[in-house]
Amino acid sequence: MHELSIVTSVVESVTESLKAYPGARVLEVRLRVGALASVVVESLEFCWGIAAEGTPLDGSRLVVNVLPVVVHCEPCGEDAELEGVQSFRCPRCGEPCSDMRQGRELEIDSIEIDDGEVKA
Amino acid sequence: MTTRIVELRRGILKKNDELASALRASYTAAGVLVLNLVSSPGTGKTTFLERTLKELKSRGLRVAALVGDLETDNDARRLASSGAPVRQINTHGICHLDAEMIGRHLNGWEGVTLGGLDYLFIENVGNLVCPSSYDLGEKIRVALLSVTEGEDKPLKYPTLFNSADAAVITKMDIAEPCGFDRALALRNINEIRPGIRIFETSAKTGAGMEEWLAYLAEARGVL
Repeated sequence: MHELSIVTSVVESVTESLKAYPGARVLEVRLRVGALASVVVESLEFCWGIAAEGTPLDGSRLVVNVLPVVVHCEPCGEDAELEGVQSFRCPRCGEPCSDMRQGRELEIDSIEIDDGEVKA
Repeated sequence: MTTRIVELRRGILKKNDELASALRASYTAAGVLVLNLVSSPGTGKTTFLERTLKELKSRGLRVAALVGDLETDNDARRLASSGAPVRQINTHGICHLDAEMIGRHLNGWEGVTLGGLDYLFIENVGNLVCPSSYDLGEKIRVALLSVTEGEDKPLKYPTLFNSADAAVITKMDIAEPCGFDRALALRNINEIRPGIRIFETSAKTGAGMEEWLAYLAEARGVL
């Protein structure tokens, strides 16, 4: 539901970073999104074109890398990746785990730009 | 054409997170305990909050509430009957509250300063998805679930229940006619957020309110 505001923030943030690269055109924007970030990847992609229109990001691709939830299991003393988000238990020993180490990320990872310089 | 990769590694909601951190610092400095109440529309957030405000006020505590809705100030008017200062935030279509809206409504709130409060409650827009992404600087995020909603709601909306510090089950007075499976609901909440404090309440009969108020007192004690 709030995916349009999320992609709008991405467009603003990337546009801001582009000040360091005058005249550059953005080809691709890569996001890292945790499985528990409560955003729908398809909706992000759907909104992307609308948010990017008329900005230096117009025509760019959006690539979303979804990160699984990782919890820390106290009894095992190790981190473990969860298969889904329906049960916060260690997949090894079955103990409930409330210590989450990954899964809520909502980050811009990197961008691929064409900085417009023509090589001689 | 020369292409290159630029690493940004930046939070998408960085602006909100920065504002929320500043709010958190101001709440701590003022010694006010701030809670963010989140649930579906119709869970009974307003009724539960109304009772909470009245109970706290009758114990001589200084309380106030910010209430978020897409439109209307109906909830603010209802909550104001408790005698506590209440301010409505209308988001006009936005499905959640964000830190900027909180900051803006705290500024210039007539007769209310953070330093003059013991508790500030923020009633979020009724929505189980979007509010979980937006930090409002609160100390405690409360997820509410009513007995009419189905015991599997925590499994359907894991992000919200996982990011909550406490869970409140509302409308316990009608649990039986609703066929509410209490054990299953408690199990599902614990499956998503192991060890979370759960309060089983009825704002109508007052059931469970004592435990909830004791929790609030305890949480304020460790500010």
